[in-house]
Amino acid sequence: MLEIRNLRKAFGDLQVLKGIDLDVNKGDVVAILGASGSGKTTMLRCLNFLEKADDGTMTFDGQRVELAHVTRTQVNALRRRTGFVFQNYNLFANKTALQNVTEGLIVARKMPRRQADEIARAALVRVGMADRADYYPNQLSGGQQQRVAIARAMAADPEIIYFDEPTSALDPELTGEVLAVMRSLAEEGRTMLVVTHEMGFARHVANRVVFMDGGVIVEQNTAEAFFNDPQQLRTREFLQTYRQRSQL
Amino acid sequence: MSERLVGILVDSFGKILLPGLTVTIPLTVISFTLALIIAVVVALVQFAHVPVLQQIARFYIWVMRGTPVLVQLFVVFYGLPGVGILIEPFPAAVLVFSINEGAYCAETVRAALEAVPQGQMEAGQCVGMSYLQIIRRIILPQAMRTAFPTLASFLIAMVKDTSLAANITVTEMLMTTQRIVARTYEPLALYIEVGIIYLLFCTVLTRLQAVGEKYLNSKGAQRS
Repeated sequence: MLEIRNLRKAFGDLQVLKGIDLDVNKGDVVAILGASGSGKTTMLRCLNFLEKADDGTMTFDGQRVELAHVTRTQVNALRRRTGFVFQNYNLFANKTALQNVTEGLIVARKMPRRQADEIARAALVRVGMADRADYYPNQLSGGQQQRVAIARAMAADPEIIYFDEPTSALDPELTGEVLAVMRSLAEEGRTMLVVTHEMGFARHVANRVVFMDGGVIVEQNTAEAFFNDPQQLRTREFLQTYRQRSQL
Repeated sequence: MSERLVGILVDSFGKILLPGLTVTIPLTVISFTLALIIAVVVALVQFAHVPVLQQIARFYIWVMRGTPVLVQLFVVFYGLPGVGILIEPFPAAVLVFSINEGAYCAETVRAALEAVPQGQMEAGQCVGMSYLQIIRRIILPQAMRTAFPTLASFLIAMVKDTSLAANITVTEMLMTTQRIVARTYEPLALYIEVGIIYLLFCTVLTRLQAVGEKYLNSKGAQRS
């Protein structure tokens, strides 16, 4: 349902993405792994037009756009069909948890407030945050904020949700509560594209793993094959460092 | 203190306070409200990098901050009649104070807009909101909260700056006091008295600022 071809992006002289091809099928949970600076986050941001790609095409549900020449109307239309979860949550600081979820529904989608409230409360229940609906972001822990952010991303029932290192700013305990929510989303068949350093999530929740290095996709496979039988040297090195670290 | 002096002070208190309530406060409130409107527009034009308007905004701020407000009052009240533009004292004071204060407030609002994390804009984009919707509903409200203490300081400063309007024949508190001094020859006591009345006004505003900040903080103003 999502098809990326030859995605390229440079910041000045620095080539960050050197031609990415990626296919995501409906119901896929794709984990994107790679060292810092490998281009994972930039790729995700290009897919939702937070960064403007220099070249490449995206076919979303049969609709094809040139990433470098996309119109504002196309961008808005595509964004309304996707959700995005940021590393540092980015909840609207001047809105309560509930308002964070309803804001896009009411303002961008012109949904009646009553209906938006209903959907938002259901979404907050879904992420275990119903009892914090009227709290402001600065009254919530990082894990709670991220769960509200996930509720916000899924409230409009997007066809795909992008996660940009959703647990990297959290301690292990809070990471657990966010991963649990993501796992339950995966289990209900949501299409998810997750940039992450959580090997456990990649291995046990994702059905596919994409490994990036130096702005290209080095290897991609089913999660099982990726961890049990990595093909590329660079992939094996990468996995090795994680294994060593987890033995500490 | 002589009985005569006490009598003068008691007698003049009401006489000075009255123009405070009917001139100083309305002049401040009207001018500051207009200044805020100017400030938000001028700040947004720069924040959004609107061509031409952005340059006009910089020019406006440069001129207004670079010339004394007293000179601006004289140009408008004593100068403009020379080219056929006659403005009554009170509206002339409102005009100058709002345009002058607008320039200072605009810089504060602009800095506050720029202090809102980029992620707030991106989050708005990702839920499908338009640029203007994000500015109006997410960025500007947060910026105004950041700017609030500084703007409150400007408001307090303006209460006192309105005394400059005495120079263009606006009968506000200072001019009223000067008239009483001319009659009674008690400058020390009377100027201290008018100073205390200004202090009273500013004390009320300082209290309001504290209440306002407390309220805003309960509404998520502080970033975690």
